[in-house]
Amino acid sequence: MSEANVNSVYDILTKINDNTWELPGNFKPGMNVPGRIFVSKTLLDILEKETLDQVANVASLPGIQKYSMAMPDAHLGYGFPIGGVAAFDKDKGVISPGGVGFDINCGVRLIRSNLSEGDVRPKLPELLDALFEAIPSGVGSKSRIRVNDKELDDIFIHGVRWAVVNGYGVEADVSHCESNGTMPGADPSKVSIKARKRGRPQLGTLGSGNHFLEVQYVDKVYDEEAARAFGLKEGQVTFMIHCGSRGAGHQICTDHLQVLAQASKKYKITLPDKQLACAPAESEEAQDYFKAMICAANYAWVNRQVIMHWSREVFDRFFKDEFGDLGLDLVYDVAHNVAKLEKHTIDGEQKEVYVHRKGATRAFPAGHPEVPEDYRSIGQPVIIPGSMGTASYILKGCPAAMDITFGSACHGAGRVMSRKSAKHELSGEEIQKELKSQGIIVRATQPSLIAEEAPEVYKSSSDVVDVVHNLGIATKVARVLPMGVVKG
Amino acid sequence: MGKDFEYLEHTADAKFRAYGKSLGEAFENAALAMLNVMVDTGSVKNTLSVNIKLAANDIDSLLFDWLSEILFVFEVDEMVFGRIKVNELNVSDEECSIYATLFGETIDHSVHVFDTEVKAATYNDMIIEQRDEGWMIQATVDT
Repeated sequence: MSEANVNSVYDILTKINDNTWELPGNFKPGMNVPGRIFVSKTLLDILEKETLDQVANVASLPGIQKYSMAMPDAHLGYGFPIGGVAAFDKDKGVISPGGVGFDINCGVRLIRSNLSEGDVRPKLPELLDALFEAIPSGVGSKSRIRVNDKELDDIFIHGVRWAVVNGYGVEADVSHCESNGTMPGADPSKVSIKARKRGRPQLGTLGSGNHFLEVQYVDKVYDEEAARAFGLKEGQVTFMIHCGSRGAGHQICTDHLQVLAQASKKYKITLPDKQLACAPAESEEAQDYFKAMICAANYAWVNRQVIMHWSREVFDRFFKDEFGDLGLDLVYDVAHNVAKLEKHTIDGEQKEVYVHRKGATRAFPAGHPEVPEDYRSIGQPVIIPGSMGTASYILKGCPAAMDITFGSACHGAGRVMSRKSAKHELSGEEIQKELKSQGIIVRATQPSLIAEEAPEVYKSSSDVVDVVHNLGIATKVARVLPMGVVKG
Repeated sequence: MGKDFEYLEHTADAKFRAYGKSLGEAFENAALAMLNVMVDTGSVKNTLSVNIKLAANDIDSLLFDWLSEILFVFEVDEMVFGRIKVNELNVSDEECSIYATLFGETIDHSVHVFDTEVKAATYNDMIIEQRDEGWMIQATVDT
């Protein structure tokens, strides 16, 4: 980024504190509220100016509360920035598919084990091969299971509960998913035949892009009490799954975006970017989208659940004879592309708002009724995946999140380099070799896919996590390091 | 005019400009630009064909539907396309419509090398404009 550009970002923003910057309400005409950018100076130096434009665009949507927000991993998206958080009044606000994204309920789950790094290391290459074999990945990947329309309805309505009833997992998995892996209010009649066609063959597939399955070990514990509650300790092997609602979610967003683009005109909402198409939250058009979005969100939880189930089978096959019960418990599953109706205290008054998190993770604190009972004295686990080959973090949601970010934190490292440049500048084979020399094995359908997701194309996950930690939104509990990655 | 399409910088997604002497040709090249994010369309044998007919309220919506429909057929029919032919394209204030044929073959992973998946078309920073030398389409697709 050029010096001039860096200066311009500093010229535009007002510093509130070391990790909070304000985008003034007069930065662009039509803004209803100012913006808040939660970044350190290090991250601000690499923030694109266009991301601020997108924060300002979101600020112009009707009924937005307090601030249009950008989390520390924010970067340029389409419509909302990635890392964008915005809450809209239930009665006077809007719902916008652009505030959720095409990959509805893209999210992350973490699974712990009784295995130690030393137990797994000798068998790691074969384990990775077996996981790569068991979990379909890549463009257009299709699953081993095919569901019919009736089953798809059940998945849309019941989410993870469907999976458990059908033998993909155990009862305890349910309460360790955000929203118990089932957002209420799904209406499958709002899902098109096209979305169903795409959804039927893809349940239990990783997809492509930045999605992955990673075998890791806990290398550092920062918060003993919280780590104990989450069942994490140093040296322990974990695995992490990052993916979303696949073609079903993409199609649901595509279908409803078209409806809402027309609805925006009907309700005379001025859009600075058509990708921000929206309608009044209580309108039929907005509610139809919301009910279909919930179907996709529930599908995504089932998708991650099925992938976890097959991964558990692979781990059992490799280690059960030698080590007995592997204790492959789900620590937690978070959604980071979703809109939810939540209660928040705004200017001293409790209000119902549609919180849109697009590349942002819910971070509810201790005592919140949405936090699972066994974690309620600690806070919600907030899972922040690093880029390929770098550390991921487990944090806990804290009270400050409710005060300043509508209970939200970052969602990952955040890109700094385009896929195009990455492929041009980096060699997938060399990155694979470099990671191997660090003891990290990568399996992918294509070497170029490794280049696209190389550590160099992302911000540092530790810089990002430090911001939310220092703001007290979510504080560090443990750090996990990768041993092997199955890339989507 | 030179190239049929080119890619622009975008941190997370794929942004491109496609050109054509006619609007129909620009639509063809926009489709190829999107497909080439996923696979080298030069590696595709164009032995099968699929017809597409779409109508929308305005030209932006038609482009959005056009790209979305091609992604849908790609995924559901498991086909990849190497040549796109716009047979008819009508643009008026009342309605815009397109009738086109996609030429390609069934996906064969031993032949077609897949790259990043395009999740969806978007309206972000979409431009469709007539220039002295023809038409230019700018679009961003979610990857």
